[in-house]
Amino acid sequence: MEAGTTTPKRSYRIETADRVSRTAAVLAALLLLVLVLLPGFAGRNLIQDLIFLFYMMALAQCWNLLAGYAGLISVGQQAFVGLGGYVLFALTLIGGVNPLLAVPGAGIVAAALALPTALIVFRLRGAYFAIGTWVVAEVYRLVFAQVKPLGGGTGTSLTPTVTSSVPGIEWIKTLFDVRTPAARDIASYWLALALLVATLVFVYLVLRSRRGLALGAIRDRESAAASLGVDIDRIKLAAYVATAAMTGMLGALIYLQKARISPDAAFSVLDWTAYVIFITVIGGIGTIEGPVIGAIIFYLMQRYLADFGAWYLILLGTLGILVMLFAPRGLWGLVAGRYGLTLFPTRRRLVVDEDDGNRP
Amino acid sequence: MQLLATQQLTAFYGDFQALYGVDIRLDAGETIAIIGANGAGKSTLLKAIAGLIPSPADSVLLDGIPIGAKRAADIVRLGVALVPEGRRLFPSLNVEENLLIGGQASKHAGPWTLDRVYRLFPVLKERRSSAAPILSGGQQQMAAIGRALMSNPRVLLCDEISLGLAPIVIADIYAALPQIKAEGTSVVLVEQDIAQAMKAADRLYCFQEGRVSLEGRPGELSRDQIHHAYFG
Amino acid sequence: MTGFLDAIIQGILLGGLYALFATGLSLMFGVMRLVNLAHGDLIVLAAFAILAVAEKLGADPFVAVLLAAPVLFAIGFGLQHALLNRTLGRDLLPPLLVTFGLSIIIQNGLLQAFSADSRRLRSGAIETASIPLGGDIAVGVVPLLTLLSAIAVIVVLNLIFYRTAIGRAFRATSDDLEVAELMGIDVNRTFAIAMGIAFVVIAIAALYLGLRANFDPTIGPVRLLYAFEAVIIGGLGSFWGTLAGGVILGLAQTIGARIDPEWQILSGHLAFLVVLAIRPRGLFPRAVD
Repeated sequence: MEAGTTTPKRSYRIETADRVSRTAAVLAALLLLVLVLLPGFAGRNLIQDLIFLFYMMALAQCWNLLAGYAGLISVGQQAFVGLGGYVLFALTLIGGVNPLLAVPGAGIVAAALALPTALIVFRLRGAYFAIGTWVVAEVYRLVFAQVKPLGGGTGTSLTPTVTSSVPGIEWIKTLFDVRTPAARDIASYWLALALLVATLVFVYLVLRSRRGLALGAIRDRESAAASLGVDIDRIKLAAYVATAAMTGMLGALIYLQKARISPDAAFSVLDWTAYVIFITVIGGIGTIEGPVIGAIIFYLMQRYLADFGAWYLILLGTLGILVMLFAPRGLWGLVAGRYGLTLFPTRRRLVVDEDDGNRP
Repeated sequence: MQLLATQQLTAFYGDFQALYGVDIRLDAGETIAIIGANGAGKSTLLKAIAGLIPSPADSVLLDGIPIGAKRAADIVRLGVALVPEGRRLFPSLNVEENLLIGGQASKHAGPWTLDRVYRLFPVLKERRSSAAPILSGGQQQMAAIGRALMSNPRVLLCDEISLGLAPIVIADIYAALPQIKAEGTSVVLVEQDIAQAMKAADRLYCFQEGRVSLEGRPGELSRDQIHHAYFG
Repeated sequence: MTGFLDAIIQGILLGGLYALFATGLSLMFGVMRLVNLAHGDLIVLAAFAILAVAEKLGADPFVAVLLAAPVLFAIGFGLQHALLNRTLGRDLLPPLLVTFGLSIIIQNGLLQAFSADSRRLRSGAIETASIPLGGDIAVGVVPLLTLLSAIAVIVVLNLIFYRTAIGRAFRATSDDLEVAELMGIDVNRTFAIAMGIAFVVIAIAALYLGLRANFDPTIGPVRLLYAFEAVIIGGLGSFWGTLAGGVILGLAQTIGARIDPEWQILSGHLAFLVVLAIRPRGLFPRAVD
C-alpha cells in the first residue's frame, strides 16, 4: 500500500449459477437417485401417483417453454398429447412396433405434423393464436374419430401382448418379485421419470443457450428483440416444433400407461391443456421452478379434492384467476422475489470480484 | 391571479426520473411557453399536469386545489385540456366526431361549440366528414386543437403544435391563438421553436434535464441567457 | 339439385346462428381488444338463465329473454368493471387465463346447478313451424327468425357505434386508450357498457341456441370455436363481415354434412383453416389489428 494511489483492481465474470443453485443441483442428483430406486420400497399406488405427477410436470414444462418464454400461448397442446397417444396405438397395434420404440416414433410424428400446423396457426397473433391452436386440436380429434381401425369415436384398447412387450418387464418382475401389472407400472414409472428429466434438461439447456437468450428477449419485448436482429419467427417455430415433439412423446407414454384411448379423452382440453396452464400459472410462469411447484400443488389438490368434482374445478379456476390477478409471477415468483432464490439458474449475472491489490 | 401551478413536481417513467422538483405558475388569461432541448422534460410536464403520469396530489394545483393525484378523465372535466404531441386524432372517427368527442364528457358550458370551432378553423368544416388520417398535417393539428377546445377548458396545454409543419401552416395555427385567449382560455405552449414561443408567450420557462433553468418575460431575456439555459 | 339448394338455404340460416354467437365476441374484441375464452360458456349460461326464468314464471322463452336481458346486461357490466378491466394491458396472458378460468367455473357451476342433462327451450308450435318455398324446400320459422335477428342485432349495433355518443366513445377508446382518457372518457365504464351490450347479444344468441337444439353445460367451448371462426373468416372490425363469416361457416358445415353427416363440424373447421391459409386477415377485413 506504499503508493497510496493503488485503486482496487476489479475483474468481471459472467455467471449463471450461485451457491444456492449449486446446492440445489447436488440435492437434485440425490433426489433423482432416490426416485430411481423408489419402486424397490414404494407401494403400487404411490408409483401410479408419481407417474401422473411426472407427466403433468413435464407437460407443464413444455407449455411453459411455449407460453412463458416464446410468448406462444397455446390452448391446443392436447392436439399433440392425443396425437402421440394415437400414434403409439397405431404403431403397436397395427404396425407391431415395440412400445418403447413407438414413444420416440410418436415424438417424430408430432414434430412432423407440428410444422404444417404452425404454418397455419402462426398466421394468427396473440390471443387469436390461442383459439386457433384449439381449433386445430379439434380437427385432430374429429379426424381420429373417423379412423375405424383405431376404434373411431369410441376408441380402443391395447392388447395385453402389447402392454407386456415393453422390454425389461420380465427383468422387473424377477427383480422386485411382482406380477405383470405392477411390473408394467414400474416400467412406466421409469419411463415417465426419464422423460421428465429429459424435458427438464432440454428446457434448461435451451434457456441457457443463445437461442434461450433470444427467447428471453422475445418474452420481454417482441418488437425490441426483432429490432436487435433476433429472428423471432424461426425461434418461435423451433420452440413450437420441439415442444410438440416432447408433448407427443409424453402423450404416447400416458396412453401406454392408460392402455385405453378414445378421441374425447386423448384430445381433452381440460386434462391436457387447462390443468397444465393452471399448474404453470399457479407455480410461476416463465421459470423452470414454477411448473415443478405448480405440478406438486396440483397433484396434492387432485389427490385430496378431486372427489368434490365440479366444486374442485370451480376452486381450481378461481385459484388460477386469483393468482393471475394478485401474484402474476406465481407462487415461485413470490418466493424467489422475496429471497432472491434460483434453483435452475438460466439468467446470466455480472459478478464483480473486488481485488484490493495486496494479494500477489 | 394564479390559475395553475406545480410545486416541486417530480415525474418518473418506471425507474427513470424525468422531472426533478419543477415549479411553474400560470395566471388567468396568461400564455406561457415551455422551451428546452429534446428530453428536457417539457412533454413530461404536460403529461403530469394532464394526469397521464401519476404525481403526488399537492404537486399540481388548480385554483389552489390539489389535482395531482386525479386521473386524466377527471382533470379534463376540471377544465385542463391537453393537445397531445403528434396530434393523435382518433383514426376511426371523422373530423366532426373527433371534435364532438372532445366535448362529450365535459359538463362546462362555454364559448366553444362545434360552430365556434368551425369559425376558428373554417377548413375543418369543409372536411367535417373526412376520416381523420386523410387530413393534411396542419388540418390534423387544427382538429386536435379544436377537439381540446370543445371541452371548454380554462387551461389549454399544447404539446409541440408546430412539430413537422411548414412555416406557413405554423403561422396559420398560431394566428388562432389570440382568438383562443380572447375567449378567456389560458395557454401553456411547449415549443421547440424558440422564436415562435417568444412571440406568442407572455412568459417563458426554459427546461434543462428535468429542471427549470430559466424563467422570465421574452423581452427581458437575452439571447445568451436562453442559449445557456437551453444547452447548459 | 334440390338437395343442394336446400343445403345452401339451411346453411345460410345456420350461419345466422353462428353470426349471433360471433357478434358478441366481435364486439368485445372491437372495443376492449379482449379475446374471451369463456364466450361459448356465457352463451350456455344465458340459455340456462332464460330457461330458469321461463320455467319459474311459466313464460315463453321470447318473453323470458326480455326479462333476462337486463339482468345479463348488469352481469356483463359488473364482470367487466370488477374483473376483466384489471386484466387488460400489454400482456396477453391475464385476459386469456382469467377468461379460461371463468369458462371452467361457469361450466362446472352450471353442472352443479342444472346437472348434466340436456335441456331445451320450449316455445310451442313455432318450434316446428315452417314455410314451404315450393319444390321440396321449406325453411323453418325459428331458423329464419335466427337469421333475421342476427341482421337486426347488427343493424342496431351499427346504429349504436356510428350514431350515438357512447358508440363514438367505443371507437375512440379502441383507437387510443390514453387520448380517450384525455377526452374525459371513463374507460372502465365505457368497457363495462360494451360488455353489458355484448351480454344482451349473448342473450339473443342463447335464445336461438336453446330453441334450435338441445344444450347442456359442456357445449360452450365448441360454440366459442364457431364464434371465433366466423369472426376470423369475416375479418376483424366489421359486424357485417362477421355475419358473412357466420354464413360461410354455416354453409361449410351444412354442405359437409350432406356428404357425410359425421363431417359436418370437421368441414366447418377445415373451411376456417383454408380461409386462414389463403386470406389470413379474413375475407372482409377492415380494422388494422
